[in-house]
Amino acid sequence: MSTIERESMEFDVVIVGAGPAGLSAAIRCKQIDPDLNVVVLEKGSEVGAHILSGAVLDPVGLNALIPDWKDKGAPVKTAVTSDSFVVLGPAGSARIPNWPMPRLMSNHGNYIVSMGNVCRWLAEQAEELGVEIFPGMAASELVMEGDRVAGVVAGEMGKNPDGTPGPSYEPGMELRGKYVMIAEGVRGSLAKQLIEKYDLSAGHEPQKFGIGMKEIWEIDPAKHKEGTVVHTMGWPLGKNAGGGSFIYHAENNQVFIGFVVHLNYENPYLYPYAEFQRFKHHPAIAELLEGGKRVAYGARAISEGGWQSLPKMTVPGALLLGCSAGMVNVPRIKGNHNAMLSGIAAANAAAAAIAAGREGDELVEYEQDVRTGPIAHDLKRVRNVKPAWSRTGMVGSLMLGGMDMWVASLFNRNILRTWKHGKTDAAATRPTKNYRPIDYPKPDGKLSFDRLTNVAFSFTNHEESQPCHLKLKDPTVPIRVNLPEYAEPAQRYCPAGVYEVVEDKSVPEGARFVINFQNCVHCKTCDIKDPSQNIVWTTPQGGDGPNYPNM
Amino acid sequence: MKLLVPVKRVIDYNVKARVRADGSGVDLSNVKMSMNPFDEIAVEEAIRLKEKGVATEIVVVSVGVKQAAETIRTALAMGADRGILVVAADDVHQDIEPLAVAKILKAIVAEEQPGLVLMGKQAIDNDMNATGQMLAALLGWAQATQAGAIEVAGDKASVTREIDGGLQVIEVTLPAIVTADLRLNEPRYASLPNIMKAKKKELVEKTAGDYGVDVSPRLTVVKTAEPEGRKAGVKVASVDELVSKLKAAGVI
Repeated sequence: MSTIERESMEFDVVIVGAGPAGLSAAIRCKQIDPDLNVVVLEKGSEVGAHILSGAVLDPVGLNALIPDWKDKGAPVKTAVTSDSFVVLGPAGSARIPNWPMPRLMSNHGNYIVSMGNVCRWLAEQAEELGVEIFPGMAASELVMEGDRVAGVVAGEMGKNPDGTPGPSYEPGMELRGKYVMIAEGVRGSLAKQLIEKYDLSAGHEPQKFGIGMKEIWEIDPAKHKEGTVVHTMGWPLGKNAGGGSFIYHAENNQVFIGFVVHLNYENPYLYPYAEFQRFKHHPAIAELLEGGKRVAYGARAISEGGWQSLPKMTVPGALLLGCSAGMVNVPRIKGNHNAMLSGIAAANAAAAAIAAGREGDELVEYEQDVRTGPIAHDLKRVRNVKPAWSRTGMVGSLMLGGMDMWVASLFNRNILRTWKHGKTDAAATRPTKNYRPIDYPKPDGKLSFDRLTNVAFSFTNHEESQPCHLKLKDPTVPIRVNLPEYAEPAQRYCPAGVYEVVEDKSVPEGARFVINFQNCVHCKTCDIKDPSQNIVWTTPQGGDGPNYPNM
Repeated sequence: MKLLVPVKRVIDYNVKARVRADGSGVDLSNVKMSMNPFDEIAVEEAIRLKEKGVATEIVVVSVGVKQAAETIRTALAMGADRGILVVAADDVHQDIEPLAVAKILKAIVAEEQPGLVLMGKQAIDNDMNATGQMLAALLGWAQATQAGAIEVAGDKASVTREIDGGLQVIEVTLPAIVTADLRLNEPRYASLPNIMKAKKKELVEKTAGDYGVDVSPRLTVVKTAEPEGRKAGVKVASVDELVSKLKAAGVI
């Protein structure tokens, strides 16, 4: 191990990630005790730069955190006025009427927001309270003291491609805290280390994921209906994978259009990005977008395991918040409210413990709150929808899951017992021998775009002269195992075109695996879906990655 | 010797600029902003001059919206000593024109008495390449633009300028204005410990009115439009076909 000399600084609470969970925790800490010393680290170049969400926001978390958010100018303005759920066929569509929908699926009282902008606003609120927020600083390592998490290392910059210090090397610093809150979002690199090291998933189901891709469109004002929410299922995924789309009419004639593919798909030829592009050519969608302009693109993995997959959320000195644990409610297609509630719960527990003179122990009160409080109430009653989908497909999940949710919302208990998810998404991938390649249509450059063109609209950038942040445990696996067995699916599941297999006659294998890490949008899909579990996503230099506006 | 370094908060160079729907300019709402890269080079050069013992103090000034304080903080984190923020606009979409900035800078120069004003040769948002020259004219000082290297000795500075077709070395008498070009240096990172320390450095907030400068625009933007997209190309099968196509297009 290297012995790098670093400055060190002590805080009461160190928070990794300026998303809805981390910022809510920071704000609540200062609301309880203005003297608490709270620091938030964010790897994006600014707060919001790495936030990607639909999003329809259930304001329950915001109400609890900042009850007068309206007066304080929160960018939460577009109330949902119309809400529909549509099953698409190749040419037509059938709207599912709202009456059989369980009440908890209704979006009445919710808002269409850019979560990136909500986070920018939350950061302002936090800074006014005296929270120190440092964007552009990636928390790359945990600082351990025996068995206890004592802090993180952040802000290391200027390494050469081989990992040695370059001419402008900055070693970063150790930020030590009485409690460290990991709020990195889905499949965070520090959270993953903690889950492995402390075996936090033991006794829980494996976490399940989806890949969500999103474009922002400016459309013809005549077609724009602010406040309209549409979700679709069915075409073009069919039996190949679970998933669906969202179409949200936001402010300023913008439409947020997104597509989610559950990552437990078996067919390695499936190309989630191409499914998304194809989806936009459905007559009902094409009609809406025609004449419009795509102004931004991005992608991010989503946690879908829900209640069963929540790992143990505390270790000595640290806790997992929001989607670092996985708090998305899949049938409601929402997670931001739970992220915020988890931040509040974490802050309540930490502030009370610090006031009692404790530090560095396990904040079991936090886990108790999550497992018995409003988050549990939200997640528990929908816990069988996702496994029902995996087992019985879309129609079965609509019927079984819907019935289960109805009973849960009427009688506050589920008729089905808790179903298991079974395998991880990586293990669900099957070899190519059972499948034929899927023929995807070419993008037309108007409604659909090739992947690299779209990646330019994520405004991502990585300092080229740094070590590749996408590490291979065994560099021979992609060509030796993944290529013959699975036609190396990294070429397709990555929504940013990071991974390529390039023919190369000069090497005995005849091909090389190329990682264009500069394109990475930090979605973490490779870390999740690689069937060999050979790719490890680590943090690149702080400030690198996408620069999402209004995502 | 005291150095004055004016810095501008501009749209980040990674962001793809997009014209506002009404054509009035580039959309800057919720877009990432950062220090103009040429100004960052000027800040770095000032710090290097201080490290060499040539300069004793570095004062950073920015004219614009309140959020430009962040830009000054970045410069302070890199190693500048103190900052002056001149708030001259409420709306990020209101650009302060070079002449108004130069007038404000002239007033600050009168107060601070720097021996050298080091600034970016131009801002990447509207590429005016004018403020440095205007300031030199208003002050009656020497100017050395597009600097690729600076050597200070006594009351003279020898500046290597990047010009068409080569390099030109000129000598100016201080005090002077020097504007930085791309190859002058490679700016350092603002390290996390230094960012924390920078929060404690002095940053004074002023307004354009404090210096008696009217910042209302003298220029009218008639229209802002995106460049036309590249047209799709064609594949040719042979050299003959290429030649005939080029002839048909009247190129050869």
